[in-house]
Amino acid sequence: MWQWFHKLGSPKWFFGIATRFMPWLLAGGLLLLAAGLVWGLAFAPKDYLQGNSYRIIFIHVPSAFLAQSIYISMAVAAVVTLVWRMKLADVFVKAIAPVGLVFTFLSLFTGAVWGKPTWGTWWVWDARLTSMLILLFLYGGVIALDRAINDEKSAARAVAVLVLVGVVNIPIIKYSVDWWNTLHQPATFKLTEKPSMPMEMWVPLLLSVLGLYLLFGWLACIRMKTEILIREQRTRWVKDMVLAGRK
Amino acid sequence: MAFDSFSAFIAMEGHGPYVWVCYAVFAVLLGGLMIWSVKRNRVALGDCQRRHETESRASARAPGKAAATFTRVEIPQD
Repeated sequence: MWQWFHKLGSPKWFFGIATRFMPWLLAGGLLLLAAGLVWGLAFAPKDYLQGNSYRIIFIHVPSAFLAQSIYISMAVAAVVTLVWRMKLADVFVKAIAPVGLVFTFLSLFTGAVWGKPTWGTWWVWDARLTSMLILLFLYGGVIALDRAINDEKSAARAVAVLVLVGVVNIPIIKYSVDWWNTLHQPATFKLTEKPSMPMEMWVPLLLSVLGLYLLFGWLACIRMKTEILIREQRTRWVKDMVLAGRK
Repeated sequence: MAFDSFSAFIAMEGHGPYVWVCYAVFAVLLGGLMIWSVKRNRVALGDCQRRHETESRASARAPGKAAATFTRVEIPQD
């Protein structure tokens, strides 16, 4: 029963699977994202309250989703690193931390630009914005800590602990709009309720969220493959693969 | 189409600069991240290839020869 779990931990097995899935992730991601963004920019009706500035939502919400999802997945991988010492989990954390940093920055940046015409200010120190800024610093901390420690195993453990400590920030981001009186509007997506926006806005948003998730999958695969190549370059399977590829 | 003309689409009733700046930064950062990741992957693969090719060529040039050899040096004891 645990066989798949051990298989999943094998870098060689992952390398093969990732190579097979990557073209589909890339094509599907680009297609869905392009469809969602074109629909959202040109065809969705304008918001009766915010006008056309609301069209930023089609990149703001997917980026913010990814920023938090990536952190949660890093935390799961951190538990796997600490409990089972699985190498691939650490490879995952190291590979996607910069991706999380970029998406967190994007959600902050697009939020600030959206805030100007909507709230009349680029930035306020309210709960949602501040907790998101802390997430940006957490990603930066994870990357810096990993680079500061030369020994691979110590770095993996230290990074895993930092990631787990930072998890406390995630429910704060999520519930900040409910717990405090913030300028930020409440959650756009709720799985349990009917969407509060009309279908012509909701469907393109869903498409761009899904597209960005697929692109993240592609980014995770290629970055993990790079990391595996660097770590395992002396192993037999990498040697065989590399030499076979040249012929 | 939510707009009457292309210029109306670009202007977005005054919100154009905000919307387009966001989309431009998004495209540049996401595209940059993807290109950077592909480049890094190529470099890592190239390094690996070079290393193993030099190694296999070195071992092909001297077939059967051990990597390290020990030479016995006789030193007269008397």
